Amino acid sequence: MEYKKKDLTGTKNLSAEEILFILETAKKLKEINSREIKKVPALKGKTIATVFFEASTRTKNSFEVAAKRLSADTISVTSSYSSTLKGETLLDTVHNIRSMKTDIFIIRHPLSGAAKFVADNIDTPVINAGDGTNEHPTQALLDILTIQEHKINLKGLNVAIIGDIDHSRVAKSDIWAMNKLGMNIKIFGPSTMIPANIEPFECSLASSISDAIRDADVIMMLRIQLERQSKLLLPSLREYANFFGLNNKNLSYAKKDAIIMHPGPINRGVELNSDVADSPQSVILNQVESGVAVRMAILYLLGIQKRRNK
Amino acid sequence: MIIEKEILNRHEFDNIITRLAFQIIEKSHDLSETCIIGIKRRGAILADRIQKKILKYKNIDLKVGYLDITLYRDDLSEISDYPILSGTQIECDIQDKNIILIDDVIFTGRTVRAALDAIIDFGRPKKIILAVLVDKGHRELPIQPDFTGKYVPTSKTEVINVCMEELDDKDTVAITKNKEA
Amino acid sequence: MKLALKNCLIINHNESFEANILIEDEKIKDITNEDINGDNVIDCHNKAVLPGIIDMHVHFRDPGFEYKEDIISGSRAAVAGGITTCLPMANTYPVNDNAGMTRYMVERNRKLGLVDLLPIGSITKKMEGKELVEMGDMLKAGAIAFSDDGLPVGNSEVMRRAMEYAKGFGSFIISHSEDRELSQGGMINEGEISTITGLSGIPSASEDIGVARDILLSKLTKSHIHICHVSSKVALKIIKMAKKERVNVSCEVTPHHFSFTEESLLDYNTNYKMNPPLRSTEDQEMLICGMKDGTIDVIATDHAPHHTDEKHIEFGNAAFGIIGLQTLIPLSLKLVKDNKIDLNDFVRLTSYNPSKILKLDDRGSIEKGKLADIIVIDKDKEYIFDDTINQSKSCNNPLYKTTLKGCALYTIKKGRLVYKFPDILI
Repeated sequence: MEYKKKDLTGTKNLSAEEILFILETAKKLKEINSREIKKVPALKGKTIATVFFEASTRTKNSFEVAAKRLSADTISVTSSYSSTLKGETLLDTVHNIRSMKTDIFIIRHPLSGAAKFVADNIDTPVINAGDGTNEHPTQALLDILTIQEHKINLKGLNVAIIGDIDHSRVAKSDIWAMNKLGMNIKIFGPSTMIPANIEPFECSLASSISDAIRDADVIMMLRIQLERQSKLLLPSLREYANFFGLNNKNLSYAKKDAIIMHPGPINRGVELNSDVADSPQSVILNQVESGVAVRMAILYLLGIQKRRNK
Repeated sequence: MIIEKEILNRHEFDNIITRLAFQIIEKSHDLSETCIIGIKRRGAILADRIQKKILKYKNIDLKVGYLDITLYRDDLSEISDYPILSGTQIECDIQDKNIILIDDVIFTGRTVRAALDAIIDFGRPKKIILAVLVDKGHRELPIQPDFTGKYVPTSKTEVINVCMEELDDKDTVAITKNKEA
Repeated sequence: MKLALKNCLIINHNESFEANILIEDEKIKDITNEDINGDNVIDCHNKAVLPGIIDMHVHFRDPGFEYKEDIISGSRAAVAGGITTCLPMANTYPVNDNAGMTRYMVERNRKLGLVDLLPIGSITKKMEGKELVEMGDMLKAGAIAFSDDGLPVGNSEVMRRAMEYAKGFGSFIISHSEDRELSQGGMINEGEISTITGLSGIPSASEDIGVARDILLSKLTKSHIHICHVSSKVALKIIKMAKKERVNVSCEVTPHHFSFTEESLLDYNTNYKMNPPLRSTEDQEMLICGMKDGTIDVIATDHAPHHTDEKHIEFGNAAFGIIGLQTLIPLSLKLVKDNKIDLNDFVRLTSYNPSKILKLDDRGSIEKGKLADIIVIDKDKEYIFDDTINQSKSCNNPLYKTTLKGCALYTIKKGRLVYKFPDILI
């Protein structure tokens, strides 16, 4: 098994084999993070650039740690994106950095399709760290890795994804990937936040939070992103917490050994209350750990590709 | 046309492993501060066999660790197939320990160099000794085993095939040569 | 100056027949099966000879955005596409909202004279949707109708008054019908493809609501409304219903909307990004039916040139629209080949109906006495649509650098041969 693609732009164009292969690789790399010396020379001398046009500390740090654990050098570029102000184009920014002989790009951009656009226009490997409301593939992969660590089989697991599905690239990448692995997905959220056409998701739409959570093996709560919502989609966070938040009461509808996940950062009291967030069923911190391993895996798989082609 | 010639049969194979085990026991002063590390994949299997021999003959149960050196290679472009990660499991504490590093075949010496780098990343060992089943010759680095099962000088077109029961359903060492028709 | 076209297969909206065409000065002098001669003779070898296309919807970007296109390059692209009369929209910079600007456009074109340029003035000053322009004055300067295309007129009262006022001068409003609040922020059709790509969707309801409103206002004011670039099957249904009730509505479709669907957007190709967006296969099929059954009156290109810097970028930032003057014929001929429409329908949609709507009685068919605006079509010719063929300054079209089949072989404007594939002759 090989990862032959030049880039990782999303999970919708990955096969189940490719997804499982990346996760297997991640598992093999995970133990490095528990060593005294958390470093292997696999990507020594490689330069990895994180180019973020959207604020993010968590994903950016996760990628940087992953790169450094493989002995790569990192450059970090944050650019503010403005559709009205005429500045340097996305491609120009990327080409400039590439001229410094970058080996891998990690791109986060507020417009859907931006990562693929960059990937199609440079020959350097590109990892999508989130593009608009389209995909966030490494998040989906780390989510599934975390689930694998707590459940024996992925196939047939009931997964509930709850929140602003329409605007969540995390939800979408999860849905594309989980479908390929045979998981049963139920989505739920305020009706204004469910896309008009959900047929491509091949999942079911729950009618209430209890319906969504019933018999769930995995409950994924999405972040309510205040930047993207206007009051038009959601009158108040209070309303959200009351009808769409996870608390002890509605958690009881799930299976006893259900795990609780969240891409972070969590808004306590909104998506989850503190009891649930801190409960033993919560694997939110494992997700972060898996995140570094998954990102090491994809950096490794893309990083050694170039070596082979020399 | 491929010609294969067996140079060690099942019996000889086992004898050599027993001899290596005894050589190691003789050389090691203090087996209590010792652990074995096998280089994956067949070196790891060999390490287990040697550990069992030492347990059988000396009643000492040494810890065994398994090392995947893929991440430490300097020659990824030279290996013929895609480098598959098999994972490293080293539970024993390396610091101040005597390490017995085991591999099935030593050739250029680069694999052992990578293994040394990896081990040192885990801690500062007191001493590392190297035991191999077969020495193929053609070293490219100044690295030599402390104990060798069999020295088999080969030409560049000859390939040593080590088969081990756990992986290949038989215990044998053979030379294969690509003979031009 | 006599021009003789021999061995023509003449295609009008209601008839097809073989004959020779004699052109003298600017008009068609005679259509006969007897042998003819002229200063210039073209043997059409029984190829289809059609009246020149009247494109009711183009953007020539002149003045203000000449880096994308100007009246000269736009005219060249037009005749290369078999188009002899163009109606450029008013969203130039500054906007064509006064007689001075209209006169500029007409004059600029007159010098070159490749096509007839009949500017469409804006409805409101600066296209702000608030105050009406001086329609009488602009009509005198050469404008033919009024549209804020690019934008709808959001305020229904303003639109009502605009329709009434235009009617008073014997003119009419051309409407880009859209509910802007519904479509806000959207980039492609709201549907399965928008879910898969994560690109925000424009619901077809935005167009449907706009069309319904404009038709009801047309009914109220008893005036003619012409609806631009219909893309939605629901909007089409509303138009059909209105026509049945004898509301004075006409409408147009672009070749892109009858040729492509939203599935083209799966690759985030910005050359399929347009407003209104490409919709579903069902919408496309209904549009083609509409072309056949008369619900749709006109094919118009909505030729929208944009520079590569505005298209070869992230999807969300890319401009809407593609050029279309030189792809109208090959895309329409594909429908003819697939038996969806025939060549007579094509003439009806590209020449006859526009001439009726615009009250241009001197053109729209090949008839003795009419203007000699004539094109000879080679429906089998294959060529690569590259920069030797493309006359536009821009190349934002998904078919650019691909092989096309069918083109205008000769374009004759007012009796003069102005285009012989692939060269402009004057």
